[in-house]
Amino acid sequence: MLTIPRALYDKIVAHARADHPDEACGVIAGPAGSDRPERFIAMMNAERSPTFYRFDSAEQFRVWREMDDNDEEPVVIYHSHTATEAYPSRTDISLASEPDAHYVLVSTRDPEETEFRSFRIVDDVVTEEEIRISETVGGEA
Amino acid sequence: MAIAVRIPTILRNYTGGEKQVEANGSSLASLIDDLDAKHPGLKGRLVTDDGSLHRFVNVYVNDEDVRFTGALDTGLSDGDEVTILPAVAGG
Repeated sequence: MLTIPRALYDKIVAHARADHPDEACGVIAGPAGSDRPERFIAMMNAERSPTFYRFDSAEQFRVWREMDDNDEEPVVIYHSHTATEAYPSRTDISLASEPDAHYVLVSTRDPEETEFRSFRIVDDVVTEEEIRISETVGGEA
Repeated sequence: MAIAVRIPTILRNYTGGEKQVEANGSSLASLIDDLDAKHPGLKGRLVTDDGSLHRFVNVYVNDEDVRFTGALDTGLSDGDEVTILPAVAGG
Protein backbone atom coordinates (compact mmCIF):
# COMPACT_ATOMS: atom_id res chain seq x y z
CA MET A 1 0.00 0.00 0.00
CA LEU A 2 1.12 3.53 -0.75
CA THR A 3 0.26 6.12 1.88
CA ILE A 4 0.67 9.61 0.49
CA PRO A 5 -0.30 13.05 1.82
CA ARG A 6 -3.01 14.83 -0.17
CA ALA A 7 -0.67 17.74 -0.90
CA LEU A 8 1.87 15.46 -2.58
CA TYR A 9 -0.81 13.59 -4.52
CA ASP A 10 -1.98 16.96 -5.84
CA LYS A 11 1.57 17.99 -6.77
CA ILE A 12 2.07 14.84 -8.86
CA VAL A 13 -1.21 15.41 -10.70
CA ALA A 14 -0.44 19.11 -11.26
CA HIS A 15 2.99 18.27 -12.67
CA ALA A 16 1.54 15.68 -15.03
CA ARG A 17 -1.12 18.12 -16.26
CA ALA A 18 1.41 20.93 -16.68
CA ASP A 19 3.75 18.83 -18.85
CA HIS A 20 1.05 17.16 -20.93
CA PRO A 21 1.44 16.10 -23.74
CA ASP A 22 5.01 15.27 -22.69
CA GLU A 23 5.51 12.65 -19.98
CA ALA A 24 6.22 14.19 -16.58
CA CYS A 25 8.45 12.46 -14.06
CA GLY A 26 9.80 12.85 -10.57
CA VAL A 27 10.64 11.46 -7.16
CA ILE A 28 9.27 11.80 -3.66
CA ALA A 29 12.01 11.23 -1.10
CA GLY A 30 11.44 10.03 2.43
CA PRO A 31 13.53 8.91 5.41
CA ALA A 32 15.35 5.66 4.62
CA GLY A 33 13.32 2.66 5.72
CA SER A 34 10.24 4.72 6.66
CA ASP A 35 8.16 4.14 3.51
CA ARG A 36 6.85 7.71 4.00
CA PRO A 37 6.90 9.98 0.96
CA GLU A 38 7.73 13.47 2.26
CA ARG A 39 9.88 15.56 -0.05
CA PHE A 40 8.57 16.22 -3.56
CA ILE A 41 11.17 16.57 -6.31
CA ALA A 42 9.91 17.21 -9.84
CA MET A 43 12.55 16.02 -12.30
CA MET A 44 13.24 17.18 -15.81
CA ASN A 45 12.29 14.67 -18.52
CA ALA A 46 15.47 14.74 -20.59
CA GLU A 47 13.60 13.03 -23.44
CA ARG A 48 10.81 15.66 -23.54
CA SER A 49 8.67 13.07 -25.24
CA PRO A 50 5.00 12.11 -25.19
CA THR A 51 5.99 8.45 -25.02
CA PHE A 52 9.27 8.23 -23.11
CA TYR A 53 10.91 9.71 -20.06
CA ARG A 54 14.39 9.69 -18.64
CA PHE A 55 15.79 11.62 -15.69
CA ASP A 56 18.57 13.97 -16.78
CA SER A 57 21.73 12.18 -15.66
CA ALA A 58 23.37 15.17 -13.95
CA GLU A 59 20.16 16.04 -12.12
CA GLN A 60 19.74 12.43 -11.05
CA PHE A 61 23.29 12.40 -9.69
CA ARG A 62 22.64 15.53 -7.66
CA VAL A 63 19.29 14.32 -6.29
CA TRP A 64 20.49 10.81 -5.47
CA ARG A 65 23.59 12.19 -3.71
CA GLU A 66 21.41 14.63 -1.75
CA MET A 67 19.09 11.80 -0.65
CA ASP A 68 22.07 9.74 0.42
CA ASP A 69 23.50 12.66 2.43
CA ASN A 70 20.06 13.19 4.05
CA ASP A 71 19.64 9.47 4.84
CA GLU A 72 16.64 9.45 2.50
CA GLU A 73 15.61 7.13 -0.26
CA PRO A 74 13.29 7.41 -3.28
CA VAL A 75 9.96 6.28 -1.80
CA VAL A 76 7.89 7.21 -4.86
CA ILE A 77 9.05 7.35 -8.46
CA TYR A 78 6.28 8.78 -10.61
CA HIS A 79 5.71 9.44 -14.27
CA SER A 80 2.78 10.11 -16.54
CA HIS A 81 1.36 8.46 -19.60
CA THR A 82 -0.27 10.96 -21.90
CA ALA A 83 -2.24 8.73 -24.26
CA THR A 84 -2.38 5.34 -22.59
CA GLU A 85 -3.58 3.92 -19.30
CA ALA A 86 -1.86 4.46 -15.96
CA TYR A 87 -0.21 1.04 -16.00
CA PRO A 88 3.50 0.24 -16.33
CA SER A 89 4.55 -0.40 -19.93
CA ARG A 90 7.01 -3.16 -20.87
CA THR A 91 9.72 -0.52 -20.93
CA ASP A 92 8.72 0.74 -17.48
CA ILE A 93 8.97 -2.79 -16.13
CA SER A 94 12.29 -3.66 -17.73
CA LEU A 95 13.92 -0.41 -16.58
CA ALA A 96 12.58 -0.31 -13.02
CA SER A 97 15.72 -0.21 -10.90
CA GLU A 98 14.63 0.83 -7.39
CA PRO A 99 13.14 -2.32 -5.86
CA ASP A 100 11.89 -0.57 -2.73
CA ALA A 101 10.10 2.29 -4.51
CA HIS A 102 6.40 2.73 -5.16
CA TYR A 103 6.02 3.31 -8.89
CA VAL A 104 3.20 5.80 -9.42
CA LEU A 105 1.65 6.05 -12.86
CA VAL A 106 -0.62 8.93 -13.78
CA SER A 107 -2.55 9.13 -17.03
CA THR A 108 -3.51 12.46 -18.54
CA ARG A 109 -5.16 10.95 -21.61
CA ASP A 110 -8.53 12.32 -20.53
CA PRO A 111 -8.64 16.10 -20.07
CA GLU A 112 -11.16 15.84 -17.21
CA GLU A 113 -10.29 12.65 -15.33
CA THR A 114 -6.78 11.87 -14.10
CA GLU A 115 -5.96 8.22 -13.53
CA PHE A 116 -3.56 7.69 -10.58
CA ARG A 117 -2.33 4.21 -9.68
CA SER A 118 0.59 2.76 -7.75
CA PHE A 119 2.66 -0.38 -8.28
CA ARG A 120 5.61 -2.31 -6.96
CA ILE A 121 7.95 -3.54 -9.69
CA VAL A 122 10.45 -6.14 -8.47
CA ASP A 123 12.37 -8.60 -10.66
CA ASP A 124 10.13 -7.74 -13.63
CA VAL A 125 6.96 -8.53 -11.67
CA VAL A 126 4.31 -5.80 -11.40
CA THR A 127 1.96 -5.76 -8.43
CA GLU A 128 -0.68 -3.07 -8.16
CA GLU A 129 -1.25 -1.70 -4.70
CA GLU A 130 -3.87 0.26 -2.84
CA ILE A 131 -3.37 3.97 -2.31
CA ARG A 132 -4.30 5.73 0.91
CA ILE A 133 -4.37 9.50 0.68
CA SER A 134 -3.76 11.03 4.07
CA GLU A 135 -5.26 14.42 4.81
CA THR A 136 -2.31 15.64 6.87
CA VAL A 137 0.24 18.34 6.13
CA GLY A 138 2.87 17.37 3.62
CA GLY A 139 4.88 19.00 0.89
CA GLU A 140 8.21 20.15 -0.37
CA ALA A 141 11.10 20.44 2.05
CA MET B 1 45.48 3.24 -7.03
CA ALA B 2 42.45 3.18 -4.73
CA ILE B 3 39.19 4.31 -6.27
CA ALA B 4 36.02 4.40 -4.19
CA VAL B 5 33.04 3.01 -6.07
CA ARG B 6 29.48 3.73 -4.92
CA ILE B 7 27.10 0.88 -5.69
CA PRO B 8 23.35 1.37 -6.26
CA THR B 9 20.81 -0.69 -4.29
CA ILE B 10 19.99 -2.95 -7.21
CA LEU B 11 23.61 -4.09 -7.66
CA ARG B 12 24.47 -4.64 -3.98
CA ASN B 13 23.75 -8.35 -4.27
CA TYR B 14 27.09 -8.53 -6.16
CA THR B 15 28.96 -6.78 -3.36
CA GLY B 16 27.57 -8.65 -0.38
CA GLY B 17 25.28 -5.75 0.41
CA GLU B 18 28.03 -3.13 0.49
CA LYS B 19 27.07 0.31 -0.82
CA GLN B 20 30.68 1.30 -1.34
CA VAL B 21 33.66 -0.79 -2.44
CA GLU B 22 37.23 -0.12 -3.51
CA ALA B 23 38.81 -1.01 -6.80
CA ASN B 24 41.84 -0.19 -8.92
CA GLY B 25 42.28 1.00 -12.47
CA SER B 26 43.77 3.85 -14.44
CA SER B 27 40.81 3.86 -16.80
CA LEU B 28 37.13 3.13 -16.24
CA ALA B 29 37.49 0.01 -18.40
CA SER B 30 40.25 -1.45 -16.25
CA LEU B 31 38.43 -0.42 -13.07
CA ILE B 32 35.34 -2.33 -14.19
CA ASP B 33 37.47 -5.40 -14.90
CA ASP B 34 38.96 -5.12 -11.40
CA LEU B 35 35.47 -4.71 -9.90
CA ASP B 36 34.34 -7.83 -11.74
CA ALA B 37 37.34 -9.80 -10.48
CA LYS B 38 36.38 -8.87 -6.91
CA HIS B 39 32.59 -9.04 -7.42
CA PRO B 40 31.86 -11.53 -10.21
CA GLY B 41 28.99 -10.65 -12.48
CA LEU B 42 29.11 -6.90 -11.89
CA LYS B 43 30.73 -6.15 -15.25
CA GLY B 44 27.87 -7.81 -17.10
CA ARG B 45 25.46 -5.33 -15.55
CA LEU B 46 27.53 -2.35 -16.69
CA VAL B 47 29.00 -3.27 -20.08
CA THR B 48 27.19 -4.80 -23.04
CA ASP B 49 28.41 -7.68 -25.21
CA ASP B 50 29.78 -5.24 -27.77
CA GLY B 51 32.01 -3.68 -25.13
CA SER B 52 30.24 -0.40 -24.50
CA LEU B 53 28.61 1.01 -21.39
CA HIS B 54 25.00 -0.08 -20.97
CA ARG B 55 22.65 2.58 -22.30
CA PHE B 56 20.54 2.74 -19.15
CA VAL B 57 23.34 2.76 -16.59
CA ASN B 58 24.83 6.11 -15.61
CA VAL B 59 28.44 6.07 -14.47
CA TYR B 60 30.05 9.18 -12.99
CA VAL B 61 33.65 9.97 -12.13
CA ASN B 62 33.40 12.45 -9.28
CA ASP B 63 30.34 14.36 -10.47
CA GLU B 64 30.70 14.00 -14.24
CA ASP B 65 28.74 11.57 -16.39
CA VAL B 66 31.42 9.56 -18.22
CA ARG B 67 29.45 9.85 -21.48
CA PHE B 68 31.08 13.29 -21.64
CA THR B 69 34.58 12.27 -20.59
CA GLY B 70 35.32 9.34 -22.91
CA ALA B 71 33.03 6.62 -21.56
CA LEU B 72 35.07 3.48 -20.83
CA ASP B 73 38.28 5.30 -21.80
CA THR B 74 37.80 7.87 -19.05
CA GLY B 75 41.05 8.19 -17.09
CA LEU B 76 41.07 7.76 -13.33
CA SER B 77 43.37 9.21 -10.66
CA ASP B 78 43.99 8.13 -7.11
CA GLY B 79 41.27 9.55 -4.88
CA ASP B 80 38.63 9.72 -7.63
CA GLU B 81 35.16 8.51 -6.74
CA VAL B 82 33.08 6.50 -9.20
CA THR B 83 29.29 6.39 -8.80
CA ILE B 84 27.03 3.93 -10.57
CA LEU B 85 23.32 4.77 -10.89
CA PRO B 86 20.81 2.88 -13.03
CA ALA B 87 19.02 5.41 -15.21
CA VAL B 88 15.47 6.18 -14.17
CA ALA B 89 13.54 5.93 -17.41
CA GLY B 90 10.55 4.38 -19.05
CA GLY B 91 7.79 4.94 -21.52
